[in-house]
Amino acid sequence: MSKRIEVTDLNAYYGKFLAVEGVSLTIEPRSVTAFIGPSGCGKSTLLRTLNRMHEVIPGAHVEGEVLIDGNNLYGPGVDPVLVRRQVGMVFQRPNPFPTMSIQDNVLAGVKLNNRRMSKGDADDLTEKSLRGANLWNEVKDRLHGPGSGLSGGQQQRLCIARAIAVEPDVILMDEPCSALDPISTLAIEDLIEEMKANYTIVIVTHNMQQASRVSDRTAFFNIAGTGKPGKLIEYDDTTTIFSNPTVQSTEDYVSGRFG
Amino acid sequence: MSTTTVAAPLTNSLTAGKLPKYTSLAVLGASWLVAAAVFLMLQLSGASKDFNLAGTLFFGTVLYCVAIYLLSYFVEGVRKAKDRLVTALVTAAFVVALLPLVSLVVTTLTNGLPAFLTPSFFTQSQRNIVGAGGGALHAVIGTLFITGLAGLISIPIGLLTAIYLTEYGRGRLARGITFFVDVMTGIPSIVAGLFAFALFSLLFNDPGIRFGFGGAIALSVLMIPVVVRSSEEMLKLVPNDLREAAYALGVPKWLTILKVVLPTSLAGIITGVMISISRVIGETAPLLIISGFTASMNYNLFSERMMTLPVFVYTQYANQGADAQAYLDRAWAGALTLILIVMVLNGVARLIAKLFSPKLGR
Repeated sequence: MSKRIEVTDLNAYYGKFLAVEGVSLTIEPRSVTAFIGPSGCGKSTLLRTLNRMHEVIPGAHVEGEVLIDGNNLYGPGVDPVLVRRQVGMVFQRPNPFPTMSIQDNVLAGVKLNNRRMSKGDADDLTEKSLRGANLWNEVKDRLHGPGSGLSGGQQQRLCIARAIAVEPDVILMDEPCSALDPISTLAIEDLIEEMKANYTIVIVTHNMQQASRVSDRTAFFNIAGTGKPGKLIEYDDTTTIFSNPTVQSTEDYVSGRFG
Repeated sequence: MSTTTVAAPLTNSLTAGKLPKYTSLAVLGASWLVAAAVFLMLQLSGASKDFNLAGTLFFGTVLYCVAIYLLSYFVEGVRKAKDRLVTALVTAAFVVALLPLVSLVVTTLTNGLPAFLTPSFFTQSQRNIVGAGGGALHAVIGTLFITGLAGLISIPIGLLTAIYLTEYGRGRLARGITFFVDVMTGIPSIVAGLFAFALFSLLFNDPGIRFGFGGAIALSVLMIPVVVRSSEEMLKLVPNDLREAAYALGVPKWLTILKVVLPTSLAGIITGVMISISRVIGETAPLLIISGFTASMNYNLFSERMMTLPVFVYTQYANQGADAQAYLDRAWAGALTLILIVMVLNGVARLIAKLFSPKLGR
């Protein structure tokens, strides 16, 4: 159920401002791809173009093609809602719905879409998703308690459970661990490793150790200066990027000489 | 040469002078006593006829502010002294702000209770009543009907406008709506009444038109902007993160608004709606013009005059009959009923808001 993503000549704009220019890359199914680079270089923007969340911001638009198993996300007549059901997303800050219980949060993708579900199915899906996010044992006794009562790391795993409950093909993660402590980060990195078997995962991270730990391939982005568009500098196997990069600025960045 | 240091008891360099806890109360009591003594002397010397209680409290409090500041300044230092002075001023401001409210409730209760407690007050109208007796059922019914209908009209319109402004609207149209909503907030209530009267008298070609529905329209004109403004502020408080989380789950925009944005802000929206109801339920002027007044029951919003509580209070006070006290008692009882209705509505709203507010904590 995981799918290949092909990006060709993608430009992303905020109004008239060109934020990402001329990105082309291919993301293989059942792999973890990390986007690294300094702040403001367009990693998150690019990630959000992969499930059409970019255009949620007023004035934002995209040129170019994103193919998911050959289907163009930006083709005419494409419904962004259908795209987002196939490409799930986990955000930087954990954002469980405050009005819902833990179980309702997990089932949010199903329930909010007015789909009916028998109680047995709902319970099964809840358990499956929470087990998938390594959270089941911690919350199984308080499924009907509020989601905001969990710790930050648990909330983030709840958000991952919520994302996988709609059974997407691709999961995008926008700095999922930047608000978490090392133990919770470890839990989520282990989870990414397990989820790789079933999903295509794209992760944006500021933490280069994290990129080298979890990802198979790494894309390095950079900007020439403030107000200039971000560009893809180098895209290769993670080991190559971190040990033997071809571009000088990649080597400077991963070795900590700047950024 | 060796110096022998005397083992001096260690003094904690973090300590500072401190007045005992009861100081504030003691100084306040003393200040009032001093002021009382001064006014007592004035009374005994014949300079004033009665003992001046208000003056005692006022000058006593002023004296307290000065005394506590000086006392604290010399014992505790300038920072604490300022703190005590500002605490005294803030508390005094709170008490002063509370005084009219307490006075209002007490006066209404003492004057209104006798007529309020007569059994006929909630079972009869004023039809064929001269002098004592009768009741205000027609006015209670009228107020509930007219305000209820005004709510039915304004809450959907106001809430949908607020949703448009926060979720969809941008550019010139949204700015225009915001501007005119702000202008509408400032409309004097009599103008709303005249608007409704002019509208319906032209529409039905009846220069003396009076009916309850017109009153509901006039109240809606006053109520809609309040609902829009308060709901808009509440909807804006919903974090964008939650909307994006719902979009990322493949939830369409309208379902996101209906099932994520509205439930998250429901408590605040209900509070705003209750405030808007409290705002219009006591309106007299527009209802006097378009709904008129009557002594009889009228359950039909669409024909004939309809009495409401504020207008009831006004007419009872303005047109006193031979037994003036009976009319005054009924006016007070009507005012008391109005206050109680608002209090009950507020209580219910708080309960609802508590039930629906986002569940926090563990």
